[in-house]
Amino acid sequence: MKKTKQNKPVKSSLTKRSIQKFMKNRLAIVGLIGLFLLLTACICAPLLTSYDPGFIDLTQKSLPMSAEHPLGTDRLGRDLLARVLYGGRWSLLIGIAASLGTNLLAAILGCVSGYYGGKVDRTLVTVQEFMSLFPTTLIFILLAGITGRSINIVLAIWILTGWGGTMRIVRSRILSLKQEPFVESCRANGISSFSIMFHHMVPNTMGPIILNVTMNVGGYVLSEAGLTYLGIGLPADIPTWGNILNGAKRMDILLNEPLLWMVPGAAILLLTLSINFFGDGLRDALDSTTK
Amino acid sequence: MQNKTEENLLVVENLTMEFASPRRFLEKQKPSVRAVNDISFTVKEGETFGLVGESGCGKTTLGKCIIRLLKPANGKIFFNADGEMKDLLTLDHEDSFKFRKKLQIVFQDPYAALNPQHTIMEAFDEPMRIHGIGGGDKEKRKELIAMSLERVNLQPDYMYRYPHEFSGGQRQRICVAKALVLEPKLIVCDEPVSALDVSIQAQLLNLMRKLQKELGLTFIFIAHDLSVVHYMSDRIGVMYLGNMVELAEADALYSHTMHPYTEALLSAIPVPVYQGKHDRIILEGDVPSPMYPPSGCPFHPRCSRCMAVCKQSKPRLEEKANGHFVACHLFDEE
Amino acid sequence: MAEKDYILKVDDLKTEFKVGKRVVHAVNGVSFNVERGKILCIVGESGCGKSQTVHSILQLLAENGYIAGGSVEYFKKGANKPQVLSSYSRNSKKIRAIRGKEIAMIFQDPMSTLNPVYTVGRQIMEMLLKHERISKKEAKARIMQLLNDLEIPTPEVRYDQYPHEFSGGMKQRIMVAIAMICNPDILIADEPTTALDVTIQAQILDLIRKMQQEHGTSVIFITHNMGVVAEIADDVAVMYMGRIVEQGTVKQVFTNPQHPYTKALMRSVPVMGMDKARALDTIEGTTPDASTVFHGCEFADRCTYATEACFNRFPIDTIIEDGHRVRCLLFEEGEQNAE
Repeated sequence: MKKTKQNKPVKSSLTKRSIQKFMKNRLAIVGLIGLFLLLTACICAPLLTSYDPGFIDLTQKSLPMSAEHPLGTDRLGRDLLARVLYGGRWSLLIGIAASLGTNLLAAILGCVSGYYGGKVDRTLVTVQEFMSLFPTTLIFILLAGITGRSINIVLAIWILTGWGGTMRIVRSRILSLKQEPFVESCRANGISSFSIMFHHMVPNTMGPIILNVTMNVGGYVLSEAGLTYLGIGLPADIPTWGNILNGAKRMDILLNEPLLWMVPGAAILLLTLSINFFGDGLRDALDSTTK
Repeated sequence: MQNKTEENLLVVENLTMEFASPRRFLEKQKPSVRAVNDISFTVKEGETFGLVGESGCGKTTLGKCIIRLLKPANGKIFFNADGEMKDLLTLDHEDSFKFRKKLQIVFQDPYAALNPQHTIMEAFDEPMRIHGIGGGDKEKRKELIAMSLERVNLQPDYMYRYPHEFSGGQRQRICVAKALVLEPKLIVCDEPVSALDVSIQAQLLNLMRKLQKELGLTFIFIAHDLSVVHYMSDRIGVMYLGNMVELAEADALYSHTMHPYTEALLSAIPVPVYQGKHDRIILEGDVPSPMYPPSGCPFHPRCSRCMAVCKQSKPRLEEKANGHFVACHLFDEE
Repeated sequence: MAEKDYILKVDDLKTEFKVGKRVVHAVNGVSFNVERGKILCIVGESGCGKSQTVHSILQLLAENGYIAGGSVEYFKKGANKPQVLSSYSRNSKKIRAIRGKEIAMIFQDPMSTLNPVYTVGRQIMEMLLKHERISKKEAKARIMQLLNDLEIPTPEVRYDQYPHEFSGGMKQRIMVAIAMICNPDILIADEPTTALDVTIQAQILDLIRKMQQEHGTSVIFITHNMGVVAEIADDVAVMYMGRIVEQGTVKQVFTNPQHPYTKALMRSVPVMGMDKARALDTIEGTTPDASTVFHGCEFADRCTYATEACFNRFPIDTIIEDGHRVRCLLFEEGEQNAE
């Protein structure tokens, strides 16, 4: 941002207030720590394990926990710890990409819809309502059959169908901001629509957008797991948490090698819980109406 | 107030503003609301023109039409540009932009009038930059901002702060400074003091009068409090339900009140003076919905001196004494 | 002189709020009496503690607020012993029996005090049936009577309407109706006209006057508008920073204001017919933060008459004449000199 040096200490006073508020929320701190641990573990995967997640070693298959394989191996002899850590990278990457994409699109559409109003607004809201009714799972099932499974298609479908929620929030925020005297004063001075939208209004909607970006990461990681488990999400060669679960869905594995599904399951649970706690704290911290 | 001239700065002619009710699917179209109904008045250079009325009378809408935040359905707004009267509503894009800095507004709620995400300097700087104040020189603009803040009795280094660090009174002074920095001719003050505490109100009113004297500004002062408007203004227009019902010199309005509504308004103001028990005119009922205005004179359902003619025909605003206009059938000549 | 008939005695009331680790003294040793059948106005600017004072009376303080000292005594008609309201706990049966029945309250914002999902009639009825054992039929008759008294046109229709069908002024009338339905001894009105237009304000003030006269209700009226005080009050208490700085009858305070703050408050608002060339008197600076620690008079640094002593010593109440008290060092010293 284009801030001069003098106002730096003052700028911090706005953020400082939010940080102080966040720090008081214990559950949010727990979420933050959980998130931090998971992220570092996934990013530093090569330091924590020396195995390749995709390396098949049929001599080592279905091993229990041991010093060599801390979480054992699966039926193809792949190290479970390595798979979960590397898989976490993919899962998180996909979750973050989908969430950023969705919310960016949503923010732009919501802003345009709210600011211009009229026909643009009515069209976008109708499209959004239609989207929210449309069964996304059906698209995935169809596409899995027609084009096969691919990351790009999954991401594209998520982004194109998922913008509704944030868009509505941004739109209603913009609608009320439009009535605010400080925005009217901009208009009265002839400041351009672009500047009003992206320099004056959007910074005031950042709170809910940031919140949705974080919360949606958890949501998308969860949907990825769900879809892939059903065999209609990502291709099987990418070791996401969903694919690890998918590999463990046979009845005898469920019964005899519980680690294979419990570990990725626990990872997903930990991630979504952390994100939710963190997100709740963030919501309160960013809400300028409460002290 | 002293530097009042006889030259007109602003001439408003037959201004009408309508708001269409949004049409919903499968619903009958509701009538549109006429917030400002065929209003004409002039504002002289260097004077304060007061607009007074209760909530929903259209005074704020009128103010917003003048600074062109709203596009009126009908009428003309002439503005004196160095001797030449130009209709603000028919200007081309470029001229229209040029005139924007000359007409500024100060809003009622000082807490909402400044973007919480921007420092005072950022808030001041953008309009200055696009209007070429300070000749495109950032340091020069900073100097001007500092001067403007000093003019409203604030420290220049407050410009690096955020709005939330100021009290309501300080924020309102910042808003005044923000308007001044564009070197306007006319400032529309929309209820500038009604959100402030009494002791702070006086500070701001005094400051505005001082600035007007020093800078030769013209004010349109909008408020619901007749005593404040009377104190600030040279001439006052009284509005009711979108119509101008009386327009006169401030003192004439007080000493020779004509319209029954103005009379009731004057009588309803609680005066901080011990008077013992005394009688007041208490208006009955509420202001009617502007969506379904009464027939004839808009004030007739609440008027104690309502006549048969009031229910049928709407009185026009006519000059009944020197510079004293009133819209009431009581003063019709037979 | 004869002992006046007081209905409420507030003595040295102190109310505090815990905000984080700090303690904010919202009400700081306030004493006043309400005479039976009279209107007492508490006037002051935002943050002066006027609202917290009356909320303390009914134990309606927010969760983090509590009465730290002093007493509130309520003298019910015919009872020989006062009820000490300040000793009741926040949600005790005793205080709930008094709220609404003996002491009723009207709030500033009528829009948000009425529940939008129930008819207005039902909301008044609920209040009445909570405190009195009468049949619904009797109750309805009484409500109709009251709505009539309150000059609400077509009460039969209005009874079955929802709050959104009422205008702001009409809603405030309904609030008065809900407050008056049990015929309380004391009516507390917390800025009831601030959100209303002047002509509607005049109607509501007139109505409260009428109710007070017809039912003999005592009223505590809170406002920041000196004009409203002059209009409606019998007695006045001026508050600043959690303390009463001046109190007396409306005549005493308005014709002979003593405290510099009271004087400034009166002279800082424009009055119709005043000399327009004169600049308004201002009170310099802003109201200090509620958590400021004082060693002397709270008003000293905004006061034009302040001497060094004002910053170092707390003033005590000085009696100017019967019933007229001022909390200012200027008068204490005057008294000492005279002795």
